[in-house]
Amino acid sequence: MNHLLSIEELDRDAIERIVAQAERFAEVSDREIKKVPALRGRMVLNLFYEASTRTRSSFELAAKRLSADVVNFAASGSSVEKGESLKDTVLTLSAHKPDAIVLRTPWAGAAELVSSWCNAAIVNAGDGKHEHPTQALLDVYTLRRHLGRIDGASIWIVGDVAHSRVARSNILAFQRMGACVTLAGPPTLIPRGIEELGCEVRYTLDELPSADVVYALRMQRERMSETWVPSMREYANWYQVNAARLAPAQLLMHPGPVNRGVELSGEVVDSPQAVITAQVEAGVVVRMAVLYELLAGSGSRAARTERAAEPSTEAVHPVKAALAEGQPA
Amino acid sequence: MSAAQPMSGGGELVQALLLRAVRVLDPRERVDALLDVRVREGVIAELATAGTLDAGEPGEEVLDGEGRLCATPAFFDPHVHLRTPGQEHKEDIESGTRAAAAGGYCGVIAMPNTDPVLDSAPLLRSLREEASRDAHVPVGFLAAITRGLRGEQLTEMAELSREGALGFSDDGQPVQSAGMLCKAMQYQRLCGGVLALHEEERSLSAGGSMHEGAISAALGIGGIPTVAESTMVARDAELAGYEDARVHFLHLSAAASVQAVAAAKARGWRVSAEVSPHHLLLTDEAVRGLDTRMKMHPPLTGERDRAALVQGLRDGTIDCVATDHAPHARDEKEVPFEQAPMGTTGLETAFAALYSGLVLRGALELELLVERMSAGAGVYGLALPAIRVGARADIALLDLEREWTAGEHGWESRSENCCFAGQRMRGRVLATLAAGSLAYRDDALAATRPTRPSRPARRDPAVAQDTAGAARATAREVAR
Repeated sequence: MNHLLSIEELDRDAIERIVAQAERFAEVSDREIKKVPALRGRMVLNLFYEASTRTRSSFELAAKRLSADVVNFAASGSSVEKGESLKDTVLTLSAHKPDAIVLRTPWAGAAELVSSWCNAAIVNAGDGKHEHPTQALLDVYTLRRHLGRIDGASIWIVGDVAHSRVARSNILAFQRMGACVTLAGPPTLIPRGIEELGCEVRYTLDELPSADVVYALRMQRERMSETWVPSMREYANWYQVNAARLAPAQLLMHPGPVNRGVELSGEVVDSPQAVITAQVEAGVVVRMAVLYELLAGSGSRAARTERAAEPSTEAVHPVKAALAEGQPA
Repeated sequence: MSAAQPMSGGGELVQALLLRAVRVLDPRERVDALLDVRVREGVIAELATAGTLDAGEPGEEVLDGEGRLCATPAFFDPHVHLRTPGQEHKEDIESGTRAAAAGGYCGVIAMPNTDPVLDSAPLLRSLREEASRDAHVPVGFLAAITRGLRGEQLTEMAELSREGALGFSDDGQPVQSAGMLCKAMQYQRLCGGVLALHEEERSLSAGGSMHEGAISAALGIGGIPTVAESTMVARDAELAGYEDARVHFLHLSAAASVQAVAAAKARGWRVSAEVSPHHLLLTDEAVRGLDTRMKMHPPLTGERDRAALVQGLRDGTIDCVATDHAPHARDEKEVPFEQAPMGTTGLETAFAALYSGLVLRGALELELLVERMSAGAGVYGLALPAIRVGARADIALLDLEREWTAGEHGWESRSENCCFAGQRMRGRVLATLAAGSLAYRDDALAATRPTRPSRPARRDPAVAQDTAGAARATAREVAR
C-alpha cells in the first residue's frame, strides 16, 4: 500500500489488516511509556487546509508514539494565504522529504491529486465531502471491539449525509465488513442516487428500532444558513437520536464534535450505549496502524525497496522487536 | 442591414490548387463521388471525374487524394472561446483560429465573455481589426446581451449589430430574469441577430460541479440537475414563441432539453440548437477519476441524456455540432476538481472524436456528421460551406483511415485541457481550405507539382464501391 486515499480502493483484507495492526498497537497505549521506535527517523507532515483539532492531534499523537518526527502545517497564516497553489505548497514542503503527508482539504480528490505530485505516502484526512478513510477505519475498529462481528449487522447512519465525508467512507467500509447500511435523514440532505452505493434510504426514524448500531452525523450549523432544513428545531423533532428513539441494546456512534440537543440528546451522549469516546481513543491506534502500514508495513514502498536491495535478508519486524523488548524509543 | 462584412480574417487566397482524386462528400449538394477539384483564386473553379483534370498552369499546387482521401465542406464552429481580450494566456485569436484550421474549420464564432466583456462597439471594432490581421480562418463575433454579463441592462445592441455582431449571448453568465430576456427579444426586432442562450437556472445549479446522480453522490461533489437546463430551455422557447424572437440554444446536455426544443420547433417557433462533441460522446462516468479536463459547463450528463442528444442530432432537432472550445491554462486546471474552471478544448479533436465515436460505431452516418459539423454557419445566417463550382473554397481534406492519439504531437491551441487527450482516434484532417485560403496542411501531406498528369495511384475498394452509384448520379451535379 503506497497511500491511503479512500476506503473505495481498500478491500476487506486491507481493512482487516489495518484493524489487526491497530489492535497490536492498542497494547502500547496502555503502557506507562507509550512509545515504540517503529518509525524513528521518519518524518510525518500534517498539511491541513481546514480547521481541525481532533483529527490533526490524533495523527500527531499517532506519529509521535511511533517515534516519527512531526511537522504541522496549517494553511491559515501561511503562504497559502498569499495565493500559493496546492501544487506549489506540496512541492515546496516535499523539499523537506517527508515520508508521509497527512492531508485535509475542502476539495474532493485533492489527496489523490497530491499523490501524483510527490514521493511521500499520502494519507487522506478528509477531502471535501468525498472521503475520510481513517475515520471509517477507526469506526470499524471500535465496532469490532464492541460488537465482535460486523457481518450481518444493521447500521443506520442518520443525519446530514449530503455534506458528510464520514458518511461516504463509512457506507463503503461497513458494507465491506458485511454490514447492511441504511441512511436516514431529511430528503434535502440525502443526495439523489446515493442508494446506488447499495444502501437503503429512509426519510423517517420509524424503523430505527431494527438497527444494531445508530451512527449519528454532525449537523453542520455553519451550513444551515442555506435552506437545507427549515430549522434546527424541526430537524431535532424528526431526526434527533434521543432516549425515546434509542433502544437499550443499540450502540450509538458519532464522529464528533457533537451538537448536544441537535442530532443527539444529552442523555444518550452520556449513556453507556454511546461509544463516542472509544472512537476518539481508537483514532490514535488506527492512525498508528495506518502510518505503520504505509511507512514500514510489508506492503509499503519502503519495505519493497528494502527487499529489492537485499533480497536474501529477512528484515526484522521493528514493531515486534520493540514490543518484545518493551523498550521505549 | 449590417454595413460590415459579418466575418473577419482568413489568409491569402489560393491562386491555383488541384485536389486530385478525392472522394468529394457534400450531403447538401448530394455529391459523393471520386472527383478532381480545381480551386482558382479562392473559388472552386472545376469539378470533374477523378483523373480527368491535368495539372494546369505553372505554379499550380497539387494535393493528391490517391483515391482515398475525402474532401468535405469545411466545418463551421458556432461556439468557441478565443479568450481575447484579457485572457490571452489561455488563447488568442491567432492560436485559436490555428487550432480551428487544424480541426478542419473554415469559420468560428467567438463568445463575448472576455475580460472586459464584449459589450461595446469600440471593443468589437478593435477585435474585428485584430481578427482581420491575425486570424487563420474567418471569425464572427457575438456581443453580450447585457452589459458586463450582469443581466441588468441591455447592451447597445443596435450599434453592436451595425458594427458586425452576428448576435448576442450572455454565455457563461446566463440571463436569469425572464423580463430582461423578453426585452432583448423585443429589441431584436430592431437590431436583428440571433440570441444565443446558455440555459441554466442558477438556483438549481448553485454549488454544483458535475451532473447530479449516483456518481456525484458517491464522490460527494455537488450535483447540477438536468432540470437546471431543461426548465430554462422550455421557458425561453415559450418566450421566443410569444415574442416571435429568433433564439439559439447553446450546448444542450439533457434529454428533456431536446424534447423542449422539439416541441418548440413543432409549434413553429424560431429556435435552433447545438450540441458539443463531449456531450455526444462522454457521460458523467468520465468524471469518476476527477480529471479536471472532464469538468465543463453544462456538465457531462447520464447515458440516457447522451443517447437523446445523438438522436436529436440525427433527426434534426439539434441543428449543428459546436465544440464550445474553452481553453484554460495548465496551472488553472491542475487543481482539485471542485476548484477547477469549467471547459474543455475541442477544435482539434471534434471530427476525429465524433467519427470514431459515432460514425465508426454505427450511431451516425458520415454524411450526417459532415452536414451537422458545417451547419452552424446557417444558424447565424451565413452561407453554408459547399463544394460546388463557383462557391468559395471551404473544404476539409480528411484521411478517414489514419489513426492517431489526440495530443500526441501537442496542440495548436495555446491550452491543452482537452477531454479527449490521449484517446486513440481514427480520421484526421490533412488540409483545410477556409474562405479560399489554405489555412492548414498536415505535415504528412506533401504538395507536389507534377509535370505530367497521373491517374490515381490507389483506390480504396470500399470507397469505390460506396461511390460507384453515386458517381453516376453526381455526373449531373458536376455538369451543372
